[in-house]
Amino acid sequence: MSSRSRGVFIQIVVLLAALVGALLIGAVFLILAKSDPLKAYGVMFTGPISDKFGITETLVRTVPLLLVGLGIVISFRSGIINIGAEGQILAGAIGAAAVAVSLPDMPAVLLLPLVFLAGGLSGAVWGGIAGWLKARLAVNEILSTVMLNQIALQLYLFLIRGPLIDPKEVSYGTGVPQTASIPQQIWLSRLIPGTRLHSGLIFALLLAVLVYFFLWRTSIGYRMRAVGAGPEAARYAGIKVEWYLILAMALAGGMAGLAGAVEVTGVHHRAIEGISAGYGFSGIVAALFGRLHPLGTIPAAVLFGALLLGADMMQRAVNIPAAMVMVIQGLVVLFVVSSDYFLKNPSFLTHLKAKIFGQKVDGEGGK
Amino acid sequence: MVEKIQHLEMHGITKRFPGVLSNNNVNIHLDAGEVLAILGENGAGKTTLMNILYGLYQPDAGNISLNGKKVKINSPSEAIQLGIGMVHQHFMLVPTLTVCENVILGLSKTFLVDLKTAKKQVQEITDKYGLAINLDAYVWQLSVGEQQRVEIVKALYRGANLLILDEPTAVLTPQESNELILLLKNMSNQGNSIILISHKLNEVMAISDRVTVLRDGEVCADVNTLETSQEALARLMVGRDMAPCRRDSEFFPGKPILELQDVFAKGDMGTDALAGVSLTIREGEILGIAGVSGNGQKELAEVIGGLRKVSKGKIVLNGKESTKMAPARIIEQGLGYIPEDRLHVGTIPSFSIWENLILKDHHQPPFAKRSLLQNRVIMSHSSSLVEKYGIKTPSLETPTGRLSGGNIQRVILAREITRNPVALVAAYPTRGVDIGATEYLHSKLLEARRNGIGVLLISEDLEELTSICDRIAVLYEGKIMKVMPVEETDERLLGLLMAGIVE
Ligand SMILES: Nc1ncnc2c1ncn2[C@@H]1O[C@H](COP(=O)(O)OP(=O)(O)OP(=O)(O)O)[C@@H](O)[C@H]1O
Ligand SMILES: [Mg+2]
Repeated sequence: MSSRSRGVFIQIVVLLAALVGALLIGAVFLILAKSDPLKAYGVMFTGPISDKFGITETLVRTVPLLLVGLGIVISFRSGIINIGAEGQILAGAIGAAAVAVSLPDMPAVLLLPLVFLAGGLSGAVWGGIAGWLKARLAVNEILSTVMLNQIALQLYLFLIRGPLIDPKEVSYGTGVPQTASIPQQIWLSRLIPGTRLHSGLIFALLLAVLVYFFLWRTSIGYRMRAVGAGPEAARYAGIKVEWYLILAMALAGGMAGLAGAVEVTGVHHRAIEGISAGYGFSGIVAALFGRLHPLGTIPAAVLFGALLLGADMMQRAVNIPAAMVMVIQGLVVLFVVSSDYFLKNPSFLTHLKAKIFGQKVDGEGGK
Repeated sequence: MVEKIQHLEMHGITKRFPGVLSNNNVNIHLDAGEVLAILGENGAGKTTLMNILYGLYQPDAGNISLNGKKVKINSPSEAIQLGIGMVHQHFMLVPTLTVCENVILGLSKTFLVDLKTAKKQVQEITDKYGLAINLDAYVWQLSVGEQQRVEIVKALYRGANLLILDEPTAVLTPQESNELILLLKNMSNQGNSIILISHKLNEVMAISDRVTVLRDGEVCADVNTLETSQEALARLMVGRDMAPCRRDSEFFPGKPILELQDVFAKGDMGTDALAGVSLTIREGEILGIAGVSGNGQKELAEVIGGLRKVSKGKIVLNGKESTKMAPARIIEQGLGYIPEDRLHVGTIPSFSIWENLILKDHHQPPFAKRSLLQNRVIMSHSSSLVEKYGIKTPSLETPTGRLSGGNIQRVILAREITRNPVALVAAYPTRGVDIGATEYLHSKLLEARRNGIGVLLISEDLEELTSICDRIAVLYEGKIMKVMPVEETDERLLGLLMAGIVE
């Protein structure tokens, strides 16, 4: 094995070890919640891969995770931490749905791009606000994005309960908070009939390649990475650091907004309550798990899609509270983020390599 | 109490990093009371060897023995327990604590700290070595030299009797360096062993008992200081005779290319760091700025580069007023800039060498066309620069932060000079750089001068200034004390002016 592929192998080993660690502690909580961890994890891990339903549903969850994760990759690489993807998804979803329901007769070739544009732009504006606050007023982006999540959520609820509520819900008197169904011509096509797997997956995969290309092959991407990796050097080199912080947040928000638009056009066909479904947070984890690399985020998003689905299935099968699922997810986040310490510790890596490969090898750090 | 180190031996030390053999079968030894200087070019493996001794790295082969017993040092805390202390180039002090608190930090075994007794013990140490330092001062109030002394006291308080100092004088003023040398002598006279890494041969001659010279990771000489000379050491290090650069006496300066008119600027503390600086740099001349660092040097370089706001006054670059220009515009106007902090301002440490070489030109042809990076052009450009400027690196993809100090400086120099600037600001360009690379840098600055570039050279090294500058200005407390042709200067006069004394 070359030194490089060894390095990648080690990273995977450490990340999987982190995952196992998280699940072990999760097992304690499961026992406390009086359910059988073996059975629970059994369902959690076999459910998503045992049949067509499991696999396609995993991929349905992969799409928003990947899109959000790509945005996270852009923002973190540019040195700005985006916790606001939840709010940005909502902004994107409502923007997309509003445009879609107000232009019911437009042909799909025009309407679909327009709806995606609306979703992406709404998310971008929502993310860009935090970027602007950071760049101009030095407001901590973690605080502002968390606050903007709250604002987005309340605005979203207001819109789908009030101005944008489905007229049918009003006339039937049921009052479910959701928008009207979007025109059928822009429903994303199903990749496998009889499942919910839609063509948004292909869109997300293409975007992953595009983001990779953008960050590593264009001069704008170069600048954004420079701003993230060495802000002082970037400023010295004449790069307008503040402007690229705003751009990074806008792009990250745009990606999350697209995730919202894809959920509307591909899965729900309208904007419903709870559409963001925690993807805004899980997407961060997927991106970190993918080592903040656009292509690494693809398998990470699949993995977390499976984990989310598995957790849902587990909840139903062994009847544990939904909160427990969140606990396990939270543990995974903590462990993965902490594993970074080990991946950056050269002597630990040397040690591990010697153990695994049974020989002395170079003491290089993580990538 | 730790057993005193009577004899240290590092035997057959080999350490490999991806693509480099940093130490190859290195042997060194040291007795109590001895001062060993380790010399070598940038990247010769000096720091690596010391990091191994201090437990930061594990050697791939070889062993360390103390007083004849083999030891394995797995971490700095184990090194400290054995009586080995290290003063890093970057101090690790807490600015908001006092000197005394910093010294005892992390050592108390009990929950409550008995500050009084601790302070007495610390005082004993400072008295023993005649270390003038106020234990109750806050660290943020101290000068760099004083902070370094705190680091030394810290090591001594932890029981170190073998002290490693990695380029301790690189950050010190000439006067502080002299004080440090006296202190180290005093310490060795009292039976402590000292390992000193330095690029300054005069210091090495003044203080060491023995010199071990490393070249490309191998020991190439181990000599008694009394039996050698600066010239001989230089030859051993570089492998050839050194020819110190001198400017040619022909001096045909052209029109003014960079002018500062009564410039004021605030420092980081909000006070006037520059208080009415006026300077003119002409094409084809090197203007030196002498002065103790901290008198406005950093701010001077930054205002010229557009990185700091000018609160009053005017700067003219290449015939256009640049006072309020953005850094990007100033770069476009033809300013080259070698910043003081080469690692974090001059380069992005995690970026590869080729990425750092295009830091200022990544957006324009031939490196980018329609915003697409032209990797082939960039790679061939970078590999030719690596060759031309003798940058020692395993590959173009190596992160720049992994290079040794002198090689990072070469990366910056290569980038700044190939951009064909009309004016070049160089702040402490040879700090921590080996004599071979220093000579090279000087020759490049002189070449720039011959090509009609106006150079502003900020330095604390009077020898450097007087050997390559045409004129020298002395900066003191944000003001220019005097500007004079180099022929009219001498060390005494410059020294007085640097201390703010006008005759
Ligand atoms: N952590 C590391 N990873 C990879 N390479 C390294 C690492 N540390 C040092 N090196 C390489 O080992 C070689 C020796 O470096 P070292 O820092 O010991 O040199 P040095 O003699 O201290 O030089 P300088 O005078 O510039 O400080 C260099 O080529 C350097 O690039
Ligand atoms: Mg070194």
